[in-house]
Amino acid sequence: MTDISRRTFIKASVVGGVGLSALGFDLRPAFAAVRQLKIKNAKEYRTICPYCAVGCGTIAYVHGSGGLNTTNTVIHVEGDSDSPINGGTLCPKGASQMQLAISPRLRHQPLLRESGSSEWREVDWDFAMDWFARKFKDSRDASFVERDDEGRTVNRADGIAWVGSATVSNEDAYLITKTMRAMGLSYIDHQARI
Amino acid sequence: MASLAATFGRGAMTNHWKDIKNADVVLVMGANPAENHPCGFKWALEARDNRAAQLITIDPRFTRTSAVADRHMQIRPGSDIAVLGGFIRYAIENDLFHSEYVMAHTNASFVVGEAFGFSDGLFAGFNEAASNYDKTAWDYERASDGFARQDSSLEHSRSVFQLLKKHYERYTPEVVADIAGCTADEFIRMADIVCSTGRADRVGTIMYAVGWTMHTVGSQIIRTAAILQLLLGNIGRPGGGINALRGHANVQGATDHAIVAGLLPGYLKMPVPEQESLSDHLEDSTPKPLAPDTVNYWGNYSKFFVSLMKAWFGKQAQPGNDFCYDYLAKQGEDATWLSIWDKAHKGTLEGFVTLGFNPLLAGPDVPRLLRSMAKLKWKVVIDPFMLDSAEFWKAPGMNPAEIDTEVLYLPSSHWIERDGSFTNSGRWAQWKEKAIDPPLGVRSDTWILSELFWRVKELYQEEGGSYNEPIQHLTWDYLNPRAPTMVELAKEINGYDLGSGRLLDSFGELADDGTTASGNWIYSGSFTEAGNQMQRRGTADPTGLGMHHEWAFSWPANRRILYNRASADAEGRPWDQTRAGIAWTGQQWIGDVPDYGRTTPPDAAGAFIMNEEGVGRLFSTHLADGPFSEHYEPVESPTSNVLHEGVPINPVIKWYDGVRETLANSEDDFPYACTVYRVVEREHFVTSNVPYLVEAMPDFFVEVPEGLAAEKNIANGSQVRVWSKRGEVQGTAIVTKRIKPLRVNGKVVWTVGIPVHWGFVGLTQGSMANLLTPFVGDANTQCPEFKSFLVNLEQA
Repeated sequence: MTDISRRTFIKASVVGGVGLSALGFDLRPAFAAVRQLKIKNAKEYRTICPYCAVGCGTIAYVHGSGGLNTTNTVIHVEGDSDSPINGGTLCPKGASQMQLAISPRLRHQPLLRESGSSEWREVDWDFAMDWFARKFKDSRDASFVERDDEGRTVNRADGIAWVGSATVSNEDAYLITKTMRAMGLSYIDHQARI
Repeated sequence: MASLAATFGRGAMTNHWKDIKNADVVLVMGANPAENHPCGFKWALEARDNRAAQLITIDPRFTRTSAVADRHMQIRPGSDIAVLGGFIRYAIENDLFHSEYVMAHTNASFVVGEAFGFSDGLFAGFNEAASNYDKTAWDYERASDGFARQDSSLEHSRSVFQLLKKHYERYTPEVVADIAGCTADEFIRMADIVCSTGRADRVGTIMYAVGWTMHTVGSQIIRTAAILQLLLGNIGRPGGGINALRGHANVQGATDHAIVAGLLPGYLKMPVPEQESLSDHLEDSTPKPLAPDTVNYWGNYSKFFVSLMKAWFGKQAQPGNDFCYDYLAKQGEDATWLSIWDKAHKGTLEGFVTLGFNPLLAGPDVPRLLRSMAKLKWKVVIDPFMLDSAEFWKAPGMNPAEIDTEVLYLPSSHWIERDGSFTNSGRWAQWKEKAIDPPLGVRSDTWILSELFWRVKELYQEEGGSYNEPIQHLTWDYLNPRAPTMVELAKEINGYDLGSGRLLDSFGELADDGTTASGNWIYSGSFTEAGNQMQRRGTADPTGLGMHHEWAFSWPANRRILYNRASADAEGRPWDQTRAGIAWTGQQWIGDVPDYGRTTPPDAAGAFIMNEEGVGRLFSTHLADGPFSEHYEPVESPTSNVLHEGVPINPVIKWYDGVRETLANSEDDFPYACTVYRVVEREHFVTSNVPYLVEAMPDFFVEVPEGLAAEKNIANGSQVRVWSKRGEVQGTAIVTKRIKPLRVNGKVVWTVGIPVHWGFVGLTQGSMANLLTPFVGDANTQCPEFKSFLVNLEQA
């Protein structure tokens, strides 16, 4: 008993139960393991909360081998205690972002709703992107103005509007602007306006 | 944001989240950060707990922020300018402003021309037919050297200081009380706290959000606050500033990168038809200095613009072809949110693409938006979740058989499946790591955008069509052209020296001769040869003020507090040694990254380098509706305008066809003021997919004041119906003490509160708040007046 550590002692007393000694607990070595933290062996990724513009640092814990036939999955997200912004804290939304990250409500299938239809139809990506490009080009061509009434070069496509997004990264936001301005769109706006 | 730029030169939160801990007074108005920005709000609590800062709220409701505040004052929605204007008067009248700061860092001494004036609610230069102002009537008087005339005694009757004093002297505590519905005593107690910061050893900050922007006078509300903070000497200082609390995770970044009508990345301007050549555009866009020795940093506009054209059109962009200037669209008309919907309403918009956005619920006037959407030929919705906007043809009251619009829904990956950076409200661009792969069947936004680009480009190559040189020549030299990486894009944004291929260290290296490229000049320095600065996670804080220069990257130039030169006096000595933003040692500035040049002496450059005056603008010609602010009623108001009955509302707002008829007039029976808001358990609409949050805040509700509920026989928890001239909602009545009746202009005004988070596609359904809101916006930004309109209500 002299070399029994405090930790082993507690473990032993928890798993005791049967075969109590005169001391009231079992001093035989315990074999049950202490319950491990669920994030043990998880890989940590530093990310940012997707909700508001405070920009709380978060850590996503991911399980999975990274093998070709496996899927990595987020098992836990918590505040990044190093962040000078949130110091590890999160609000109810940030604290529940696991349910946003991994959700049965996330969609995996492009859908098309045709004129007058009351339902969606599943389409594949190749069809969807061809459809998108065709509509985009046709409306661009139909609405394109090279010169205005006063003969000035204006080169704009006013028949298409792009709206959003404040929810994508800077890099995607930049690519949206670069691409849509090259297409000649003027009607471009996002959530900041409202 | 328009008015922050109009006053200080840049339209962004001046300070940053952690800096709020350095304040002595925190005024929260037009925001409810305890609810909507909880982890940022903790820095206000830190100030309260550690520095005995006073935390005060002014709001139409007693909010969760009010619950932890030292003092709260209730006002009527839309009366903010009266209250803030009253503070300006109070500070001047009682000599509580920071006079040395005002002399050193504002345009108080500038003299305005004789044409300027203000009477009966209108500034000089008003053109009734065009509903706008001829702003030349607001020009400074020019001295013989072409600069604005100045009078350092501030006694000239047309000095900005004297005009300011005169303009706001009407906002007495009694007038404020009459307009806002508070009492004069309550107002004075608030004014004493706010104006206590008009000294070198005290600093106050203001936190605001969409409670200010969402009015037809939204920009001028913020202008009033900006003027107040300049008078009190609170701009540029740790613990000071005007902190615009932005909504979405990357709303600041998406604005910086210009998914914005009329703008190009880095707040460059979209050319207009009158600017037929590059030189026309540069001439119009490059301001001339208005005072000697001003930095006038926008004088470098051509370098930023040409570098952008090089980033986009590469070798094609040459001096001989105006760097492809003709490739950019020239839009003369307003192309902002309401104008997009107006175009759809008129049936002249064919296609509508939304990415990461639910526009239908965003409003305003959802019945009108539904009618407009049904006139589109096609619509593409790109989002990880199904959205109400994508299923608008299934909205209550819609008949799909009658709607021809074709709709394509594309499931895209979301934040945790991508790397890249988000820029928070405080301008910190923080890189995030990709944690997991998108599920099978899902594509990234980048892939979708690239694929659209390539397929459209190839269609033009195959079959020709309208002018498409910009599409053919757009730079796209990514390793995998169908899927550019975030790192490739981040480097393109930062910019290169085109001769050597070296990543630039800062926008100071940009040139207008085509030798540099940068996708967004304000982000230059974010991804250098030293690596991805946005990914840095150093926690050092040598000043103890929470600046954390080694954590991520803060635009511009990793500066943590904008206009920090104003944290020191004319000689470069900090106003308060315990809270020094920057300090001049005799050889260099120490502390934060200074506004201009580490070794530029104190007398060589002012704090407001983006302004052609070189100082902060108490008087500004940069807004559409006046060089000073003025109280105008909301377009739907329960009262007349106490100050000028003949000009009750903002005289220069834009009216879309058929909108006046959708507003309540005096014959209609809409007696109650109404405001919309958000709750902590929800974020806009996406949280309707999150079970924990839906469980915590399941149902749409209507907040009804106790006395009104008694009058209308509405029991707590019963169903109530609320309608405006535009639409109707129904939900559970929450009978509340949080909103009290106010005595406004001689009569009692009740206010009703409605949260915005519900629609018909989420885990639980509820009325869309924006069924009620009016289709009219701010005179500068066109941000709709969501925050103040009229309704009626009864038991359902």
